[in-house]
Amino acid sequence: MNAIEVTGLVRRYGDFTAVNDFDLTLATGECVAMLGPNGAGKTTTVEILEGYRRRDAGSVSVLGVDPAHANRAWRQRIGIVLQSADDLLYATVREALEHFARYYDRPRGAADVAALVGLEEKIDQRIGHLSGGQRRRLDVALGVVGQPELLFLDEPTTGFDPEARRVFWQLIERLKSEGVTILLTTHYLDEADALADRVIVINRGKKVADTTPADLGSRNEGRIVVRWRENDAVHEEVTSTPAAFIASLSARVGGEVPGLEVLRPTLEEAYLELVEESK
Amino acid sequence: MTNLPALYVRRIRFEVRLLLRDRSTVMFSMLLPVFLLAIFGSVFNNQKLSYGVSFAQYFVAGMLASSLLYSSFQLLAIDIPAERINGTLKRLVGSPMPRSVYFVGKFGSSVFIYVLQAIVLLSLGHFAYHVHLPSASGRWVEFAWISVLGLVASSLLGIAFSSLARDGKSASAMAAPLVLFFQFTSGVYFIYANLPSWMQHVSTLFPLKWMAQAMRGVFLPRAYAHAEVAHSFELGRAALVLGLWTVIAALLCAFTFRWMSRDEN
Repeated sequence: MNAIEVTGLVRRYGDFTAVNDFDLTLATGECVAMLGPNGAGKTTTVEILEGYRRRDAGSVSVLGVDPAHANRAWRQRIGIVLQSADDLLYATVREALEHFARYYDRPRGAADVAALVGLEEKIDQRIGHLSGGQRRRLDVALGVVGQPELLFLDEPTTGFDPEARRVFWQLIERLKSEGVTILLTTHYLDEADALADRVIVINRGKKVADTTPADLGSRNEGRIVVRWRENDAVHEEVTSTPAAFIASLSARVGGEVPGLEVLRPTLEEAYLELVEESK
Repeated sequence: MTNLPALYVRRIRFEVRLLLRDRSTVMFSMLLPVFLLAIFGSVFNNQKLSYGVSFAQYFVAGMLASSLLYSSFQLLAIDIPAERINGTLKRLVGSPMPRSVYFVGKFGSSVFIYVLQAIVLLSLGHFAYHVHLPSASGRWVEFAWISVLGLVASSLLGIAFSSLARDGKSASAMAAPLVLFFQFTSGVYFIYANLPSWMQHVSTLFPLKWMAQAMRGVFLPRAYAHAEVAHSFELGRAALVLGLWTVIAALLCAFTFRWMSRDEN
């Protein structure tokens, strides 16, 4: 059975259609990244799936339950990491984890979860004294303390430095290997590339791509840039057959080509172009 | 299966522990009644009221009633909107916590603050301003039920009020003047029987007048009842009014309470 099945989802705020006929399927155990510019409808979609927001149309099934009629048994099985939280400032990491663990039937131990997110050394610190990245890791810890089958992560690494992001990715890899289904929204293409089995691009409430990160990156396979130096100037040629072009170039300049580079389109370029096209 | 009473106890302990670490809130809620008692007690204590009652004696009864409002109504009316903004409520709603746990936790922290305030007020009043404490156990039983009923009604009113404000700041700007208004018109800062009758009529409709009057029934000599407007402390009627407000507030909560901001549903 699929963990998430959404068809024809619509949500309007007054005249503004935030989510427009959106479909989504997540197989159990899959990790899917939802990408899109600010205001694309990512958070609205995710919060409908989490049971926070109502919808105007469409059918939604999350772990076999319509989130609009979520009950506590269903909440036992999902974990939520919201986009921003500024609560629990006066509690320590351990107190918060132990407190929330009590609401679940089969929780992880506070020390185990703290270690899982790399906060074992901060376990007795006040949450208000944590750095931005540590605070975010605590939010993830609170999201997984109940051992969810399905985890929602809404922009989990915004504001992380590159190293903290790598550490965070390892944590997600670990949850994936435990079989947790993950729906992640992010602004970072490299994050989607590193973590997701599938990437969904949403813009203006509509799905504009649903593919693997590799396929998204090779969308512009035919537009490879060859760059080289000749006569003190940098030259560029866009081609779909770089090897043939370089062979002829090499023949023309007589051997090695100075400053030779072959640039495949990045995931980021493919993404930006997609968003641009769907405007 | 969920053990609800155990979750209630845990939540109350968690709330109280975090509340105590928020020093500014604790200091403010402890010091305000102390300051007021010190000021009013010092300025007016030479005034003797009817039946030899000192102003401090009258004022302590009124301040205990005010404490019921401070510790529950005012605290919750400000705290809950702040927690709606900072993500506390959203996190709890997203967890499998039974929703009643949140409200029981809030009520528990109100009871805790009230007990502290009452101890501070009664000790300061007794030792610094010669406030006479009743020796008959029946009086303390009255004190207990008035306190419990007052806290239940005021907490529910605070929870209902919390849905009006957008955030903690605007809640504070709305709730604090309201409490002050009722203190002036309900016989806390001034002798109730001396107030203009329109003021008496207005405050008769609201809980504070009844809580203050019932507290006077506990802490003032029985004879002082003759100096009251109704020639009685009207404890039975106070219980009735507070019970009625409990029902009204509970209905308001049931129909208006919001776990999330209006633009977040």
